[in-house]
Amino acid sequence: MSKHVEEVKTTVFPFGPQHPVLPEPIQLRFVVEEEEIVDVLPQIGYVHRGIEKAIELNDYRRNIYLCERICGICNYMHGMAYSESIEKLTDTVVPLRAKYLRTVWSELARLQSHLLWLGFFSEGVGFESLFMQVWKIREIVLELNEATAGHRIHLSTNVIGGVNMDMDEGLIKRYYKDMGRLRKEMDSLAPVFYKDKAFQAKQVGKGILPKKDAVHMGAVGPTIRGSGIPQDMRTNYYEAYGFLDFEPVTHDTEDVYARTLVRFDEVYQSIDLIEAALKQMPEGPIVDKNDRFPDGVAVVRVEQPRGECFYYAVGNGTIHLERMRIRTPTLPNIPPLLHMLKGYEISDIPAIVHSIDPCMACAERITYVKKGGQ
Amino acid sequence: MPEMLGIILRNLFSKPATVKYPFEKPEHVPGTRGEISFDMSKCDQCQDCERLCPSGAIKVDVEGKRIEWDPYKCMYCHLCVRSCMHQAITPLDNVQPPVYRLEKKVFET
Ligand code: SF4
Ligand code: SF4
Repeated sequence: MSKHVEEVKTTVFPFGPQHPVLPEPIQLRFVVEEEEIVDVLPQIGYVHRGIEKAIELNDYRRNIYLCERICGICNYMHGMAYSESIEKLTDTVVPLRAKYLRTVWSELARLQSHLLWLGFFSEGVGFESLFMQVWKIREIVLELNEATAGHRIHLSTNVIGGVNMDMDEGLIKRYYKDMGRLRKEMDSLAPVFYKDKAFQAKQVGKGILPKKDAVHMGAVGPTIRGSGIPQDMRTNYYEAYGFLDFEPVTHDTEDVYARTLVRFDEVYQSIDLIEAALKQMPEGPIVDKNDRFPDGVAVVRVEQPRGECFYYAVGNGTIHLERMRIRTPTLPNIPPLLHMLKGYEISDIPAIVHSIDPCMACAERITYVKKGGQ
Repeated sequence: MPEMLGIILRNLFSKPATVKYPFEKPEHVPGTRGEISFDMSKCDQCQDCERLCPSGAIKVDVEGKRIEWDPYKCMYCHLCVRSCMHQAITPLDNVQPPVYRLEKKVFET
C-alpha cells in the first residue's frame, strides 16, 4: 500500500441539545468516518418535568389541564386520552354528540400539527418560502380554534364525561367554509410537494427504514406508515371514528419523502373526516356527569399526529390516582431514528431527524439520578 | 422551484398576511378566554373555585370575604367560571397588555 493513503479517522461530534434545526432538546452524538455516519448515541433528559408524579399528587379532576400541557401541539389529544382513561375507570358513558365533537377537534389538532411540521420540515431542508406559505395556511386552523374555544392552541374543551361546549349552526357553517378554503390552499401546494425536484433531492432515498425494521423496532405513526404499514390507532374506533369511513394513509418508499407525503395526504384525510363527522353529528347532550371516584385499571390508546399515544391509569377509589403512565409517540420513534441515520452523510441529518417529528418534552418520563453524580 | 413560482407571484400582488403590531391592533375575536372578574355580592365563599383551579391562582379568604386572583399564575382555562354555582365569576374576553409589575388582583365586598 502506498504511504500517501491516509487512514480513515473516526470522529465523534455532538449534535444538539441546542441546534438551529432541532425544535427540541435532544443530543445525538454522531460517530462519523469522513462524511459518513457509522453510529449514533442519543442522550435525553434535558426537559424532564415529573408530570406523571404531579398527576398522581393532584386531584384527578384537575389533571386534564395538566395533561394538556404535556405537549403543546398534541394538547387536545392528551386531554382527551386522560378524560377517556377516567371515563373507563368511573364507567361513564360519553354521549354520542360529545364523541363526534371530540373527533372533529382531534382532527383539527392533527391538521395544525401536520401543517406545523410540513413548515418546519421545509425550513429544515432549506426551503424557506414554502415554510412561510405552509404556516400562512395554518392560520386558517388556528383562527378556527380561536373561534371555537377562545384560544389559538389550547382548546381545553374536554371534561370527564364529555365536552364543555357545543357548536352552533353558525360555527358549523364556518367549519365547512374553512375546510373548503384549506383544501383549496393545499391543492395549490400539492405540485410543490409532489413534483419539486429541489425539494425531493434531500429526501428521496434518504433515511430508509425497511418495513421489517419499522415493525421490529416499534415505530409508530407517520414513521411506520411511511414504511408501508397501515398502523393507525384510529382504526381501533375510539370516539366516533367507528362511524366514519377512512383508511390509514401509507406510502411504501420507506424513505424521508414517504413520511413527508404521508403527512401531506393526512391533511386531506383530516379535512374529509371533519366534514364527514360534522355531517353525521347527532343532536343531544354533550356531557354525562357523575361523582364516582376512579377505580380499577384502564388502558387508552389514541392516535396523535406523531403516532400512537398510550395512557395507563390505575385508580383506587380516592380522588388521587394510584399510578399514571403516559407513553408519547416520540419515544418509540427514537430507536428507528438511530437506525435510519446510519450510513448517510452529515448533510442528511436535518431531514432525517425531522422526519420522525421529534417532540422531546413529551417523551421524557424517566430520569436516572446517580448518587453523587449527575 | 418552478412549482412555487405561481404562489410567490400571487403573494407579491396580494395584501400582507400579517398585521403591523403595535401600530395596528389585531382583530378582536369575541369569546377569547381572557381575564376573570369576581362579583362579591354573589359569592358565598364556598371555595369551589380555589379547590378546582388547576394552577392555584385563586385564594379565597372566607373570614375577610375577599378573593385574591393571580393573573400570572392563571392559565385562562375558565374552569372556575364553569364551576361556580352562584355565577359569581364573569369571564372577560380581553387580552392583557404587558405590565412592569406582577400584581395580584383583589376582589372585596
Ligand atoms: S366558587 Fe363562586 S361562590 Fe364559591 S368561592 Fe368561588 S367565586 Fe365564590
Ligand atoms: S381560569 Fe383556570 S387557571 Fe385561571 S383562575 Fe380560573 S380555574 Fe384557575
